[in-house]
Amino acid sequence: MTTVIVDYESGNLHSAEKAFQRMAAETGAGAVVVTADPEVVATAERVVLPGDGAFPACRRALFARAGLFEALEEAALHRARPFLGICIGMQMLASRGMEYAETPGFDWIPGTVERIAPADAALKVPHMGWNDLVVDRPHPVLEGIATGDHAYFVHSYQMRLADPAHRLAHADYGGPVTAVVGRDTILGTQFHPEKSQATGLRLIANFLRWRP
Amino acid sequence: MLKTRVIPCLDVADGRVVKGVNFVDLVDAGDPVEAAIAYDAAGADELCFLDINATHENRGTMFDVVRRTAEHCFMPLTVGGGVKGPEDVRALLLAGADKVSFNSAAVADPTVVARAADRFGSQCIVVAIDAKLVEPGKWEIFTHGGRRATGVDALDFARRVEREGAGEILLTSMDRDGTKSGFDLELTRAVVDAVGIPVIASGGVGTLDHLVAGIETGGASAVLAASIFHFGTYSIAEAKAHMAAAGLAVRPS
Repeated sequence: MTTVIVDYESGNLHSAEKAFQRMAAETGAGAVVVTADPEVVATAERVVLPGDGAFPACRRALFARAGLFEALEEAALHRARPFLGICIGMQMLASRGMEYAETPGFDWIPGTVERIAPADAALKVPHMGWNDLVVDRPHPVLEGIATGDHAYFVHSYQMRLADPAHRLAHADYGGPVTAVVGRDTILGTQFHPEKSQATGLRLIANFLRWRP
Repeated sequence: MLKTRVIPCLDVADGRVVKGVNFVDLVDAGDPVEAAIAYDAAGADELCFLDINATHENRGTMFDVVRRTAEHCFMPLTVGGGVKGPEDVRALLLAGADKVSFNSAAVADPTVVARAADRFGSQCIVVAIDAKLVEPGKWEIFTHGGRRATGVDALDFARRVEREGAGEILLTSMDRDGTKSGFDLELTRAVVDAVGIPVIASGGVGTLDHLVAGIETGGASAVLAASIFHFGTYSIAEAKAHMAAAGLAVRPS
């Protein structure tokens, strides 16, 4: 019954840990552990992969830890445990990232991570702040979250999916911005649920309750 | 669409809110964590803590405030004051800050912004610019609470820190700060037009129309205010309702 938040020293895990712990207590989902131990990750009930910073730096940091990526594969692919990537943790699910240099992703959800290029040149990059979601397809993890609910984004690159069926929600910022992706038991959010007040906490609770 | 952000800013010294927060019944009006919880509930879009008395000896109190806030508030938190380099950024991010703001250290050496952004990502690096009008259409950076002139042109500096990797600029008019006479809109517009990253307007808010003008005329992505919220002159909800009535896109609180 352990939910693991993967610690590869990318960004701020303290608030993610506290948000998941709070909702785990409310949903009876058991322990939430922050760890980089491949054995703990490989045998976890659920895995959360956060990430802040640049795509290549995050990927490097993750792969620098021996056995950690293999542990993610074991949990998410072989054991099909619910998996949630957040921000860069979601972007790394793609086939490749184009930030600074072309960098391979996990290729779990086919697509490319490209710089946001709003049609309106007055729109600033990063896309930073609260934007309203448009739900593209229903999913247990989006239960109770409707089109028009707001989430907190902060990013300069976004995931462009090869298969539109993998897009569960998007936001509009001079064009569509991928907000939630999903394939089988693998999910990702571009926004930060741990920073998105009630909407984010609801998504976290849904994820902790999800039994695919 | 992306919403205009309303950001209350708390000045903190030695772990206490300077002047206190009086818009709700707080058990301890000087506790920044209680104030943060109240603003979270009130629908603020982000929070900003500014350590106005940051010294090496008292940094621990700010880390404690940030850590406790992150345990209760699931909303974005920016922390500034006395941030010298990447190690300070890391310590504040680990404590629970989402964004960390450089001020004097970036003026002294703008490459510190690049070192921090390369390591932690531009999305969490804010540069606070305190500017004063020195001649028509020209603003200069001042440090040390507006007392020390630097000779650095504010627009040049804004472009420079953007190149170094800043993700956002927190722009304060030292001429307007504390006056309640409104943002320096000309300054705000000039910086917004100079850079491609978001700009937070700060300094001088006295009325809700000032917030609207900061966005409409100044072109800012977010507005920051302190006293009008802390003293209960206006609530976050009133501010957002007023901005919405003026046609601005805000997140309902």
